[in-house]
Amino acid sequence: MNALAQRLRLGAPAALVPLGAVAVAALVGALVMLAAGVDPLRGYEAMFRGALSVSNIDFAVAGFTAILAMSLAFAIPARMGEYNLGGDGQLVAGGIAAAAVALSVPGPAALLLPLCVVAGALAGGALASVSAPLSTRAGVPVIISTLLLSTPMVALASYLVRFPLAEEGSPVPQTPRLPDAAHLPAFPGMSYTNVGLVLVLLVLLVTVYVDARTPVGYEIRVAGANRGFAAYGGLSVPRLTLGTLASAGAVAGLAGAVIVMSQPFRFIDDALTAPGYTFAGVAAALLAGGRPALLPLTAALFTILSVGAAGMERDVDVPRQLGQVLQAVVILVLALRVLAARWMAARARRAAGGRA
Amino acid sequence: MDVLNLAFVAAVLTSAAPVLYAALGGALCGRAGVFNIALEGQLLCGAFTAVAVGWWSGSPWLGVLAAVVSTAVFSLVLAVGAVAWRADPIIVAVGMNLLALGLTGFVMREALDATGTFAPSGLQGLPDLDALDGVPVLGAVLGRATVLVPLAVVLAVAMSLWLARTSVGLRLRGVGEHPEAATSLGVPVTRYQMATVVLAGALCGLGGAQLSLGTVTAFTENMTAGRGWVAVAAVMLAVNRPLWVLGACLLFGAAEAWGFRLQGIGLPQQLTDAAPYLVTLVVLVLSRVRVRRRLRAADPVAAENAAHPEEIR
Repeated sequence: MNALAQRLRLGAPAALVPLGAVAVAALVGALVMLAAGVDPLRGYEAMFRGALSVSNIDFAVAGFTAILAMSLAFAIPARMGEYNLGGDGQLVAGGIAAAAVALSVPGPAALLLPLCVVAGALAGGALASVSAPLSTRAGVPVIISTLLLSTPMVALASYLVRFPLAEEGSPVPQTPRLPDAAHLPAFPGMSYTNVGLVLVLLVLLVTVYVDARTPVGYEIRVAGANRGFAAYGGLSVPRLTLGTLASAGAVAGLAGAVIVMSQPFRFIDDALTAPGYTFAGVAAALLAGGRPALLPLTAALFTILSVGAAGMERDVDVPRQLGQVLQAVVILVLALRVLAARWMAARARRAAGGRA
Repeated sequence: MDVLNLAFVAAVLTSAAPVLYAALGGALCGRAGVFNIALEGQLLCGAFTAVAVGWWSGSPWLGVLAAVVSTAVFSLVLAVGAVAWRADPIIVAVGMNLLALGLTGFVMREALDATGTFAPSGLQGLPDLDALDGVPVLGAVLGRATVLVPLAVVLAVAMSLWLARTSVGLRLRGVGEHPEAATSLGVPVTRYQMATVVLAGALCGLGGAQLSLGTVTAFTENMTAGRGWVAVAAVMLAVNRPLWVLGACLLFGAAEAWGFRLQGIGLPQQLTDAAPYLVTLVVLVLSRVRVRRRLRAADPVAAENAAHPEEIR
């Protein structure tokens, strides 16, 4: 019939899969809460309150900044079919690098702020870059090398924060408080939400633009669709791999630097990895599918799940790990989207056959 | 420092055993043509169930049994999702690893009322092989280990023979190497692959039980800490051959055991913890460079796709 109706009919199933995944996860969450003896409505209400109430929104936006950055760190290489699961290592590398620079370089904020942010991005980017030649020259899958590099990096940062960079006399393994010049300026009336959010949103804009409007973005997508074809067509797959991984690591490193340069202005052992930003980002990126512009939306959803889960634990005593479980369910349902695609193809075939 | 004494060998075997179980499972899947990177979550699932049921029932053996059964059931997600329904094995596995991490933490808080670590005083670990105490060499190597440690080594050898010498093993290899040919010979490919994934899950259950009731007697959140990924690396390094898997896992075990020794002389634990992962990665890279060079002469396309095993079907 008319074009709009046809587009809606084609578009509706495409939107149905991610929405369905979220709905299934919400249902699983409700069942788990029932099994734990908690009214699901109260549980979800506590979860939303934990993220979105006036007293919690400040902290939640900081979490959103980190999760959005980590979703980019997964989504950028995923555009060419590479899976970066080493986000934890890259995040921690950026955080510890920013902290080390802030604690060792004296200077005014105008110098120290960009220096720390760049140091964080460089450290994260450098760590992720290692995986590129390992994949293109040695044939070690990115998914394995990023993970195997992540565990030692987290351990190394844990060592640095306990010994060379430790705050003396502190019972917690943490660095001293960073000098005032290395504190990212917070938004008025907020203490956690700061310029870091703006930086990550800028990176998102650049990513969306490069992906949709530039030759490099096109090349990356071609390589993702068919690596052999891309190489045959004269694209340098090793260079694209290096570029996407370095940018991914740099965004993750940026997130680490932003966390360290926000309240409480220290690198605290475990504080960057414990909230599970990396896999919340992975889930957000998978839910957004091949549409980087949707990342803020999906990242916001997973922020509510993971930051709100802590509030849920406080208010109705449902363990916060439920947030992780729900993320996993979303990922699993998304993996099964092939079923929906196959079902739709079969229906289209039947419809075509019926008409003929 | 005398690193080649028998106590060191014992420590290597104990460190290697959990990874070896997972890697043997991964190698079987690889042979059947299924890319299994859910080993981390499966190990964690086994480790948790072993402790939970072992504590609840009072018998560590029931814990082991429960770990095997629950992990086999858990691996059905991969068997059904990635094999029967042909969903992306990587995304299914990422979901499974996260699910195991979340569920074990959730159930630990909800049912066992513990956060972080669960090590109640009533929790019994698997017994040591005290019977070997008087035996020379064997007593020193295995006397302080659980029966699951030598069993892992025996399984590696048995699996190697089974794949090479039995008709079922041959069919399994056929399913992985040439599914169309296997189908034309009447071998039910999907059924073989699903059964292999479930069997691999059972092996991961044993590995998890060894980790939480043998190596230590406790469950800690995320206690596998990347061991499942080391297993994935070992499978790749060994190109799915069980005896090579054994070698790769012993290497990991040696790095970990050596790390414990270095801790003994004052090196920080954080640095020695990192070593086994780096050693595994370095050896994997070296071996892959060689594999790829050999492939390039025979099959350039396979050489280009060496970093994407999930695409080789």
